[in-house]
Amino acid sequence: MTVDSTLLAFILFAAFIVVTLGLVTYASRQSRKASDFYNAGGSLNGFQNGLAISADYMSAASFLGIAGLISLYGFDGFFYSVGFLVAWLLALLLVAEPLRNTGRYTMGDAVAFRMREQPVRAAAAGSTVIVSIFYLLAQMVGAGALVALLLDLTDPAAKNWIIVAVGALMVVYVTIGGMRGTTYVQITQAFLLIAGAAAMTFMVLLNFDFNINDLLNKAGEMSGQGGAFLEPGGRFGVEVVGDAWATLIGKIDLISLSLALVLGTAGLPHILIRFYTVPTARVARRSVNWAIGNIGLFYLMTIALGFGAAALVSREVLGRGLNDDGSLVDASGNVAAPQLALELGGGDGSIGGGFMLAFIGAVAFAVILATVSGLTLASSSSFAHDLYGGVIRKGKASSKEEVHVARIATVVIGLVAVVLAIFSQGLNVAFLVGLAFAIAASANLPAVLLSMFWKRFNTRGAVFAIYGGLGAALLLLVLSPNFTGASNSLIPLSTGIDLNIFPLRNPGLISIPFGFFMGWLGTITSKESDPKMWAELEVRSLTGADVGKPAVH
Amino acid sequence: MTDKTYFEVWERTQQSDDFKDLRRRFRRFSFPMAIAFLVWYFTFVLLMTFAREWASTPVFGSINIAFLLAILQFVTTLLIVIAYDIYSHRKLDGIRDEVRERVEEELKS
Repeated sequence: MTVDSTLLAFILFAAFIVVTLGLVTYASRQSRKASDFYNAGGSLNGFQNGLAISADYMSAASFLGIAGLISLYGFDGFFYSVGFLVAWLLALLLVAEPLRNTGRYTMGDAVAFRMREQPVRAAAAGSTVIVSIFYLLAQMVGAGALVALLLDLTDPAAKNWIIVAVGALMVVYVTIGGMRGTTYVQITQAFLLIAGAAAMTFMVLLNFDFNINDLLNKAGEMSGQGGAFLEPGGRFGVEVVGDAWATLIGKIDLISLSLALVLGTAGLPHILIRFYTVPTARVARRSVNWAIGNIGLFYLMTIALGFGAAALVSREVLGRGLNDDGSLVDASGNVAAPQLALELGGGDGSIGGGFMLAFIGAVAFAVILATVSGLTLASSSSFAHDLYGGVIRKGKASSKEEVHVARIATVVIGLVAVVLAIFSQGLNVAFLVGLAFAIAASANLPAVLLSMFWKRFNTRGAVFAIYGGLGAALLLLVLSPNFTGASNSLIPLSTGIDLNIFPLRNPGLISIPFGFFMGWLGTITSKESDPKMWAELEVRSLTGADVGKPAVH
Repeated sequence: MTDKTYFEVWERTQQSDDFKDLRRRFRRFSFPMAIAFLVWYFTFVLLMTFAREWASTPVFGSINIAFLLAILQFVTTLLIVIAYDIYSHRKLDGIRDEVRERVEEELKS
């Protein structure tokens, strides 16, 4: 990168920070009540919330990760994005409306509705914080690597400082602006992201006279893989020649990942709390419609960006250089979008290229900030509302006191995330995201679905489902090659520690059914059953009667 | 309002014909549709995993079956969103508002 574009990138970053800080301050002036902090007073419309949901969801892993996967592995990157989109149907059909109708601020509200509150809220807060921290780590590790790359910072300490800066900014956004402020930051991000992606898509297509066939052919040719670039199996479930067992495990792992993606979305706490920011279930439905539209459009544009990068940028640049054996130095492709921007603007050293690179860098920075803010908010509000308000103070804390605790929790979670992120920079970002989805699908989804639709479900069922799903996912992770026993494990082979007895890298295939099974087992082994509360929950969830008001009991 | 009368409102509503009708209408669409899209998505995943040679058959130009099926997933997602919105407008929202208003009226008195 030339000095000019680094300077420009700095200016654009600074401009984004100034604008969003202004918005957050403005939001704090409008905020009086506790509900402003938790759910923006439930006052957003479908379009606003739809944009904010897409901003929460389209993290750096989507923007840089999927375009990068397509640029290096072709079709499989596109295949990966399908799961992220289709997953929204579950949220639309079974989760968004009932959740809006039965809770106020957190996932724990809806799940604990007809249960003994304390054990269920404690479990819900635990899984909310754990899922969010995994996701937060992925974003912050990605942020450090990305911004250092974009600003051409070679000093390893620079990455740490960027992680600290991202952490500090998200804490400021959330403590000052709460849900309202975070929403404004996210809406700004959504506009920037869609505008940036649309501009680049247009330029890519223009390069090929809007002939998609030419674009795909050129991408295949440049990748050195020809037609195979458009075929499945380039990245996920790769065929291992001469090892049928390894091939099969790889393919089952792919199915496990797909299951986690498609069932995880409707269990992500930072997504679930967004359904509370609107006044009624009808608006919640409309916001999911907008979100699906946005996310679908974005992934379609990602196809053009990914194949465009493959066609216009050399494989060596996309992989950040080649090792001696010809393999890529960085096999994630995370730099594909920025490198494509540089190329489209006129190439290295040109003014247009420098400008485009700085602009896309600023968009990526905005994407990361908006997502981490949503995650931090989800965990601090669950900590304050479920754990502090519901369990420690047993519902006796005033809402003002709760919000005060939420602000303190934000700072603590921010600190924890920064420290963990600095020490886990070696971890693979896509792997962390896949894991967050797997835990969400194993622990949260069974609890949410069973509490909405199963009459018999009770406290022990909810607690078993959450801890069972969570525990199974984490245990299988420790026993998998992610952790020990493989050349790319977290704990290196050289230590001699080998716990690798579970071959799948994504635990979803086992841990998700296990979460549902534990929900069933806990329920049938407990006599607790409350037909009155079930009547209230079921009527509320389907009609939206008395929505947003606390139940009398 | 006492606890007893409070819960009587919800229990009476849960047993009412129009609420049962609303529940039936909701479940008749959402449950089968959720199962259908999951089956359709995993059919796609399994084909991409175990029928790669077939999926790599070109259809026109360099576009192959895999590519078309992936695009088709986008199309069906959009169609389900539209179908659910129309269904909600026509079959759910009206009766839902009636039951909701009745419950809120009874809770007030």
